[in-house]
Parts: sequence; structure tokens; C-alpha cells
Amino acid sequence: MTHRTEEELIGYRDGEAKEREVIAAHLKECGECREELARIEAVFGALDAMPIPDPGDDYEERVWQRIAPRLDEQKSRWWEAYFVPQRLVAFGGVVALVILAFVAGRITQRPAPIGDQADAAKVRERVLVVAVGEHLGRTEMVLMELENAPEQKGQKTINISETERRAEDLVEENRLYRQTALKEGDRAMVGTLDELERVLLDIANSPEEVTPAAFETIRKRIEAQGILFKVRVVKQGLDERKVNPEAKPAENQAKVTERKKV
Amino acid sequence: MAEGVAVSDAMAVERTLGGDRDAYRVLVERHSRTVYRMAYRMTGNAHDAEEVVQESFLRAYQKLKQFAGNANFGTWVYRIAANYAIDRIRQRNAEEARREKPSKGGQDSLEVDPLSQVQDVSPSPERLAGSAQLAERMKSALAELSPAERTAIVMRHWDGCGIEEIAMVLKSNSNATKNTVFRAVQKLRRALTPFLEGKEARAMGKEG
Repeated sequence: MTHRTEEELIGYRDGEAKEREVIAAHLKECGECREELARIEAVFGALDAMPIPDPGDDYEERVWQRIAPRLDEQKSRWWEAYFVPQRLVAFGGVVALVILAFVAGRITQRPAPIGDQADAAKVRERVLVVAVGEHLGRTEMVLMELENAPEQKGQKTINISETERRAEDLVEENRLYRQTALKEGDRAMVGTLDELERVLLDIANSPEEVTPAAFETIRKRIEAQGILFKVRVVKQGLDERKVNPEAKPAENQAKVTERKKV
Repeated sequence: MAEGVAVSDAMAVERTLGGDRDAYRVLVERHSRTVYRMAYRMTGNAHDAEEVVQESFLRAYQKLKQFAGNANFGTWVYRIAANYAIDRIRQRNAEEARREKPSKGGQDSLEVDPLSQVQDVSPSPERLAGSAQLAERMKSALAELSPAERTAIVMRHWDGCGIEEIAMVLKSNSNATKNTVFRAVQKLRRALTPFLEGKEARAMGKEG
């Protein structure tokens, strides 16, 4: 007798219609397959036995209490800021610096290559610089559009769905750069890009129609994260690199100095 | 979901869109526990699960216009939550991989081994002796699954979602999704077999 495969039995247990009657008939006849099915069943039994901590009788109420204030925030939170030109520029600067910082991070983290590897590394570096440059350009455009938006006074809501959609794209790009930074083991950069992602997500997830309101939330959040400081430190490395492409990044130089001391 | 609930969900959505914020509260209260259970199973810890719930309901609120009554609200917010939970697991896995040796003893054990939180749960009486060990084994087995496999098994087994629905969340097709479910079961089985073997004979008795 030909036994049924594990996949067929799992499918059968899962309600798969394919050959259902044939398998059922086989199971009646075949003790081995019944045993196999019982072993599979035991896995599902174990899954069912997995407990979930009871979040409490008041869980629903707690969820509401936590999100209710944020519903209001979301309606007005981020976008009002962008319609205040000087603050928009400041925020745009932060975004730009973060992305530049990523480039610097990439460069500073990369060990000095040799021979062909050096050329390949340079090409990769160049490609990345171009890619990030474009990402930066798009980010700036989104922000500039917001900056140049018509006077908002007296207007109750503004439709920003198109800009929002583009912010969503930027989030995707940002994630790619974050992944690359992750591969490079650049923890600081991953952290910075995480922060940038949250900012972009807030933009992308804003309602299509928004009302003008508090920018202080953004500013304070950025300040609290110290994002500008982090970005400036890495940017310094990039600036040095731009002046002298062969120069060792600041961080590596520090390590070299340390080694020499020893 | 019962039709009556779905209908009143639609009304609550309409009222929310009309500016009645309390109507959204009804939706949150009605669906947050279901979403929490799924999120817990996906992420493996209460902290992440709660964040998934909150973020999902916020996102759903922001995108409510796009919802447009195409499906029932519960299914919709569940899907948003599943998507968010996958992102969160992937992000966490990447961070753990970066740390190289995550294991226990990390600074934030919640992030390092999310499933370790399972032991907080209240014990189930007589079955505890065997099931505690089994739950331990299951914790690590689930943690070993890929985010897609984990999503597939959670949605399929616990929440009884259709393959198409899971495929939508996984951004995949039906056949690939079926395979993902199969792989998940297979991996869990491999991980649990040594433990389950001793108990199967008894379980088998029921099968006849």
C-alpha cells in the first residue's frame, strides 16, 4: 500500500479539498497513515495549548484610553509644522542630514579595500551616494512642496494625499537604506534611520485632509531624540571625506591613533 | 463574524467618518481583543502585542476613508494589524541578527526573546506538568519560524483565516501560501517530535 505524504496529510487535516475522499478512504484502511495523522494532530494540539496572557477585563477600555488622545494628534500633529516655513526648513534639514549621515556612516564603516576590491568598493560607494542623493532630492521636493503650499490661514483642512503617498515611497526607500546599514553593522545609523522612519511614517499615515496645529510636538520629539546631534557628528565625517576622498574617516582615525598609542 | 455586528460596524464607520469619535470607540472595544490575541501569537509578547493593537487602530482610523465598506471592519483592522506585526517581527529579527548572540540575558529580554513572556500566563490545572514543557518547546519552535510562516500558522490555525486572506497579507499567491502553511506545520512538528512522541500513543487512542 502506498502511504500518503506528510504534505497530503497536513493538507487533509487543514481541510484541503484535493483528493479528500481518496485520502479519507486510505486512512480507513491504513493504520500507519492514521498514526502519522495523529502525530500531525498532536502538533496542532500543542499549538492549542499555547496560552495567551489575559490582558484584563478592562483591556478594550485601556486601548481606547491610549489611542483616543492620539487620534486628535494624528489629525493635526505633523502637518501643521510643514506649513510654518522656517520650521519646515529646519525639519527638512534634519531629514537631509540624516540621509547624508547615512552616506557618511557607510563610508566611515567601510574597511579600506585592497586591489580589485578597492575598485569594487568605490563603485558600490559611488552607486550608494547617487542613490541616497536621489532619495534626498525626493525628500527635499516633498518638503519644498509643503513649504510652498498656499497660505493656510482661515482654511480648515488641507488635502495632502499626494504628498502623503510620496512620503510612503520615501519610507520604503528609507527601509532599504536601513537594511544596508544593518548589514554593515552600523548600529548608530540603524538607530538614526529608525527615527527617520518614524517621522516619515507619521507623515505617510496622516489623514488626507488635515487641519493646521502644533509643531512643537515635532520639534520636541526631534530634540528629545538628539537626532540633530547624532546626524551632525556623522556628517562631519562626510564633510572630511568630501574634501579628501582618501582620508580616513574620523572614527577610524581615532582607532588608528589609539593603536599607535599602544 | 455575525452579520448583525458587521452591519453595526458599518454604521459605526459611517458615524466616525461623520465626525463622531465615540463611534470609533465602539469599533475599538469590539475588535481590540481579537487583534490582541493575534498580535500576541505573532509577536510572542504582550508588550509588542499591545503596541500592534494600538498602532493598528490608529492606522485604521487614519485610513478609514479608504476602507469604504469593502469588507467588514474587523477583518480590515485585523489585516492591518497582521501587516504591522510582520513588519515588527522582521525588524526585531534583523536587530537580533545584528546583535549576533541574542539569547537570554540581553538588556531587554522582551525584545530578545519575546516568547519568554508566555510563562507569565496563568497555568491550566492538571495539564500544567506536561504542557509547561511543551509550551517551552513550542515557544522556541514558533520563534524559529520565518515571519511569513509564523503569520501563516497564526492566521490559519488559530484564526481560521482563508488561504486567500493570508496570501493577501503575505503579498503572495494561494499556492505559495499553502506551502508556507505546510512548511510552518512541518517545522513545528520537527521541533516538537521528540517531546510529543511519548504522548502520541495516548492521543492516538482517540483516533481509533
